[in-house]
Parts: sequence; C-alpha cells; structure tokens
Amino acid sequence: MTERQQMKKQKPEERINNFKEVACGFNKEEALAEAERCLQCKNRPCVDGCPVEVPIPDFIDKILEEDFDDAVDIIKGKNALPAICGRVCPQEEQCEIECILGKKGEPVAIGALERFVADFDLDSDKEEEINSVEAKGVKVAIVGSGPSGLTAAADLAKLGYQVTLFEALAEPGGVLRYGIPEFRLPKSIVDEEIDYIKQLGVEVKTNVLIGSTLTIDELREEGYEAIFVGTGAGLPYFLNLPGENLNGVYSSNEFLTRANLMKAYKFPEYKTPIVTGKNVAVVGAGNVAMDSARTALRLGAEEVSIVYRRSRNEMPAREEEIENAEEEGIDFKLLRNPVKIIGDGDGWVKELECVKMELGEPDSSGRPRPIAIEGSNFTIPVDTVVIAIGQGPNPLLSKKTPELETTEWDNIIVDEETYETSIEGVFAGGDVIGGAATVIAAMGDGRKAADEIQAYLQGKNE
Amino acid sequence: MSKILNKENLAPEIDLFTIDAPLIAAKAQPGHFVIARASERGERIPLTIVDYDRDAGNIDLVVQAVGSSTMEFCSLEVGDELLDLLGPLGEPIEIKEIGTVVCVAGGLGVAPVYPKAKYLKKAGNKIISIVGAQTEEMIIMKDKMEDISDEIYFSTDDGSLGEKGFTTDILTALLEERADEIDEVVAVGPAVMMKAASEVTADYDLDTIVSLNPIMIDGTGMCGGCRVTVDGETLFACVDGPAFDGHAVDFDELMMRQTHYQTQEEKAKHNCKIDKEVG
Ligand SMILES: Cc1cc2nc3c(=O)[nH]c(=O)nc-3n(C[C@H](O)[C@H](O)[C@H](O)COP(=O)(O)OP(=O)(O)OC[C@H]3O[C@@H](n4cnc5c(N)ncnc54)[C@H](O)[C@@H]3O)c2cc1C
Ligand code: SF4
Ligand code: FES
Repeated sequence: MTERQQMKKQKPEERINNFKEVACGFNKEEALAEAERCLQCKNRPCVDGCPVEVPIPDFIDKILEEDFDDAVDIIKGKNALPAICGRVCPQEEQCEIECILGKKGEPVAIGALERFVADFDLDSDKEEEINSVEAKGVKVAIVGSGPSGLTAAADLAKLGYQVTLFEALAEPGGVLRYGIPEFRLPKSIVDEEIDYIKQLGVEVKTNVLIGSTLTIDELREEGYEAIFVGTGAGLPYFLNLPGENLNGVYSSNEFLTRANLMKAYKFPEYKTPIVTGKNVAVVGAGNVAMDSARTALRLGAEEVSIVYRRSRNEMPAREEEIENAEEEGIDFKLLRNPVKIIGDGDGWVKELECVKMELGEPDSSGRPRPIAIEGSNFTIPVDTVVIAIGQGPNPLLSKKTPELETTEWDNIIVDEETYETSIEGVFAGGDVIGGAATVIAAMGDGRKAADEIQAYLQGKNE
Repeated sequence: MSKILNKENLAPEIDLFTIDAPLIAAKAQPGHFVIARASERGERIPLTIVDYDRDAGNIDLVVQAVGSSTMEFCSLEVGDELLDLLGPLGEPIEIKEIGTVVCVAGGLGVAPVYPKAKYLKKAGNKIISIVGAQTEEMIIMKDKMEDISDEIYFSTDDGSLGEKGFTTDILTALLEERADEIDEVVAVGPAVMMKAASEVTADYDLDTIVSLNPIMIDGTGMCGGCRVTVDGETLFACVDGPAFDGHAVDFDELMMRQTHYQTQEEKAKHNCKIDKEVG
C-alpha cells in the first residue's frame, strides 16, 4: 500500500506570524497519487460515514480520470459547500474513519481530495451552470445564514422557490464568517460559496434581526409560505467565576468576532480593536478553543495556553487542529480547571487561579468525570483570558416568538421527521435544534428540512 | 444601505442625523437603540434612537465625534449612506402614567433621555427635566427638551447656562424640597453621573431608571462584551437592557469596562488624523 499523501502546510514558525491559510492543499500530482490509493470498494463504507452521503469513490474515480469538472458536479450534487467542508469537516470521525484502508494503514485523504476538487472549481473560470427551473412564485424565508440556512436556501432555490435569506449580522456566513478564522477557512472562499447561492436566485438581506426588525408573524403576513430557522448557537457561555468581568476576559465569540468579522487583526487599518497581552489562557478544548488560542498567537501573544479540565483523549477539537496548535507551540495545561480570575487592582486580569483535576468514573456524557484535587490550587500569570467552554442558542428569537417551543436550554424543538417546529410552516435545523454542532450536520439538517418544506408546500398548495 | 436624509449640527462635534430606515422606524419605541457602521473598516457603533417618525419611515440619531469611527460617521453628509444599520435593539422602557417624573440628562445623555421624556409626557406624566453639560454651547436639543418639559433646569460646569455645577446638585436640591411630589427618576449620561444620581435617589427610595452604555459589538446577545452586573447577576446590556434599575447596577465595574480599549482608541484616532492630513 502506498503511503497517504501529506498535505503541505505553512511552517509553524512562519504561520504564527500571519493569518494566511495554514494548510496549502494538494497539487495535481499529490491529488492523483492519493486518488490512486482508493480501492473503489463495492460496499462503500466511506459513503455511510458521510452525513450528506457524498458518493466518495465516484468523485475520486473522476479525479483519477483527471475529469475534475465531473468530480465537482458529483460532490455538488450532495454538498453545496465543498470548499468549506473539505477544510473544516471532521473527516477523521466521519468518512475517513470508515475507510477500509484505515483498518491496516492510513485511510484515503478524502477531505483533502474534496478540497482539491472544490478549489479547482473555484479557480476555474467555468461559469456555474445554473439549471433554470420554472419559478413557482412561492416565497420562502430563511432566518440565519450559517451552513444550515445556506444549504436550505440553495436547495429551495434550485427547486424554483423564491427564497429570501435574512441575517442579523452585516455579512452572511454565520460561524463560517465570524467564528472560524481566516487561517483555517479563508473568507474569500466563504464569499465565493455565498455568491454561488446568490446566483441560484437567493436574495440575501443582512442587518435584519428576526424577532426585532421583523417578527415571524410579519414574515408570514408578507407572504412567506414557509420559514426555515437556522439561527445557530450564538449565545456564549461563561464560567460564572469571580473576576470574569475584568478587562481582558473575553468570550470566544467576542474574541473571534472582533478578530474575524471585524478584522481586528488589521487594526488600526480596520478600526475595531482587540487586546491580547503577552500571556493568554484559553479555557476549553474544542475547535473554538483551538481557534481562539491560535488567533491569540497570531495577534502577537508570546505564551498561549489551553486550560482543560479533562485529558487529551477527551478534547473535543478535531485531531488535526490539536496537532496544528501543538506544532505552533500552544501549551496544553490538561487536567486543570479555573476557579477564579484575579485582577491587578486596576480592573485588568492578572492571574488565573486553577485547580488540578483527576479523572473519575464516566459521567452522563460518557466521558470520565473530572474531579478537583483539593488543595492543588496554583496560578498562571495572564493578560488575556478567553472563555471557550461552549455556546447555546441565542434566546432572542424564541423570546419574541412565544409560540415557538424550546427546551430549557433554548433549543428549538422540532419534529424529528419533518423538522417542523411548534408553529405550522416554520421549520428549524442546525445548531439551534441541538445535536452534533458541525458544519456538515448543520448542512444535513438544512437539506432535509428543505425537502420537508417542499413536501409541506406541495401539500398546502394542492 | 441607509440614506442620510438630514444632518444638523447640535454642538461642536455633535450632529443629529435623520436616517431613512422604515423597518426600524415601524418598530422603534423609547429605549431602543441601533448598531450602525459607516463603512467597511469602521466599528459597529451603538446609538440611541432619539426620535422616530413611523409615517415618514425615518429615525433620528445623535453622534458625537469622539473616536475614529464616530469621527468618520460625523463626516457623512446628507445623501450619503450608512453601510450597516441594525435595529431596533434592546428592550424599550415601560411607558405608563405614574405621576411626576424627573428626567436627568448629562451631556450626550439628552439623546437617550429625550424619547423617554417625550413619550412619558404623552402618557400623561408631569416632566421635570434637569439638563447639564460642560458649557452652554454643549447643551444639545434644548428647545426639544423645553417643549416636552413642564419644568426645566440647566446646569453647566462654568455657569454659562443655569446653575454652575452638576445636574445631581439640582437633583439633590429638588428632592430635598419636593421629594413627595416625585414618583420616578430617569437619569442618563456618563456613568459617574448615573451613579451619583442613583445614590441621591436611593436615600428617597425613588425608582430610578438608567440607561447603560458599555462597549458593544453585535448588539444581539452573541458576544457578551456588553456584560454588566445588575443586582449581583451578569446581564447583557444589549438584550437585557440598556435600561436598568439604577440602584442595582455596579457602576464601578461599568466604568472600568468602558476603559478597555482606551490605548487602542488613541492609536486609531491618531491614525485617523494622519489619514486626514495626508489624504
Ligand atoms: C470557532 C468555531 C469553530 C468551529 N470549527 C468547526 C470545524 O472545524 N468543523 C465543523 O464541522 N464545525 C465547526 N464549528 C461548528 C460549526 O461552525 C457550527 O456547527 C455550524 O456553523 C452551525 O451552523 P448553523 O447554520 O446552525 O448556524 P450558524 O453558523 O451559527 O449561523 C447562524 C446565523 O444566524 C444568524 N442569526 C441568529 N439569530 C438570528 C435572528 N434572530 N435573525 C437573523 N439572523 C440570526 C447568526 O448571526 C448567524 O449568522 C465551529 C464553530 C465555531 C464557533
Ligand atoms: S472506503 Fe476508502 S478505499 Fe473504500 S471506496 Fe471509500 S475512500 Fe475508497
Ligand atoms: S453587544 Fe454582544 S452581547 Fe451585547
């Protein structure tokens, strides 16, 4: 068996000084060599692992034939955002973990191949072929422009519905725009994918906060016959520790929004400021924490640490991102839990007091329960603390829409089969309904909800 | 894009803008605010909706050119467009008949006080206003405040208009004489002023509404940058406020958090001035 092609990356010592993309992608030779490794299995276990069932061996076969246009079409038939998924999907737990080659050696680099094909498509001048379908003259509203909303919008537009996408922020893309940093997902790629969706006929209205600027009822009055809500999980959780409101303490949402959406990394050219001192501690160990830590490093911090209460095995971030962070010199303080944030007397954070932890029996999440070791407290000197322990749905829309039923954590409740909420004709998907919290899972929801919306509208208008 | 329909200079470096924003005007209530961004590189700036005309579909905003982004905003003229305008945001204040309301406005605080006073007046309340600034020249919207007030008092640091001193001096004197006549106090201005006003009214157990102005980005509850401590609990000013019970707010924390970007602000402002000189 030939060895898996390793994707070239910017060298750690260089990349920590810039915001350019870390992973460089395969060139044609590398892509062909990697495609060659695929066994074209009859039972296609990789496809079962893919949440949107991309026909993986088929597009890999087209790569081998050097028919990249066809390869793109095959992927796009199932996945409207391949350049994004090729970069940020946790392939190691989805398609690649199922790959037969992985049983003995290393699985096919499916994600890297997907990215190669998608980038080829973006680079080519080929006009996107948009099959014009007969306009149905039926209006559908999509609330939120993250991956779930974008996918639902694209699918419904392709079916001939008149789709309007409402976004509260000034630019569409959801987490792809404000959360995931430039060095992992260049914003020019998000722009191109959104352009494609606009070409499909979707009208994008930014700066509209549904619930405030317009309510769900008003959308219906304006003639939207179905509504999809993909408002994500935008509410930052805090630790509720003393000192959390000191200057220098950020939620990961604020830290990343300043850096990515408002481009604070280009301050003062862009006018939104951000503060990172020499020592930065990021609390949490998911993708959001890795992104925050690596952003802090690029903003000029000297020492950046991840503080996490469990061990490396339990870290929820993608393996690739943990490795990237390690290569860049992020210090992992594992089995450590913050108990207090200490100020300098002038309102700024100075130290993070932590306690050492040990792992006990598995808890309700199935992971070993972290237990504090009494009397093991110690402090870390810090200028900035970023809290990246998770997000929940923003309750704004559900508060302003009392008929919309939610769980006690503000997740919108939907029918598992139809994605319909407690309000007839209003559907929801993505992070706002809870679940996997990945780009691809959100897209999967958007796609299935779009199908259900079509069925609903057909039934209604018959 | 939201078009600027009118611009009126109120005081040195303070302008009132009338903006075409039919969706926002249709929903606006006293206490609401918007987030505006003049251009792609600018910051998102929270601004009180000072007034609104539902029929004409426009809103009034007052902007003081203090930082680089507000300086850019104030350089816009009639016919120019704002890149982004989001709103209405925040929770409106309750407008009902309570009796006599004292409205204290310090400096730019007139902008958020005015809509509250105007609609409280419309709801049948007696309005006693206390308006203060550094100098007479810096007192904004004087005529408008006079129009909606049953009684109005002014204070300036230099005595150029009304009493020499602070709005809270007038408030203290007023309460000493006539506290039983007064049912509620609305106080908006710099955090120090709101803190002082809340301390004065606490002695009389008078309900006091303040409107907080922490640093914000999104204004929709997704960043937590605007967090304030109210009654020991952390709240987000953009969605839970910006109006709160003045007796429950931790003003010292608010003032501390407002200084977060002082150093950077200076740098950006400096840069902006250089830009202007060069360009
Ligand atoms: C920093 C970070 C890194 C991540 N890294 C990865 C990764 O590597 N791989 C991966 O698979 N997943 C990753 N995720 C998770 C993934 O991004 C999310 O699961 C996914 O974006 C959810 O999509 P969504 O469509 O549900 O919502 P979102 O992407 O959250 O988008 C929701 C949109 O709705 C808008 N909105 C909210 N309320 C309203 C309203 N009332 N009116 C109008 N608009 C509204 C929001 O402004 C937002 O733009 C990451 C998440 C973060 C935060
Ligand atoms: S499981 Fe692996 S080897 Fe088999 S078809 Fe899928 S990618 Fe190719
Ligand atoms: S401004 Fe971001 S949560 Fe209030």
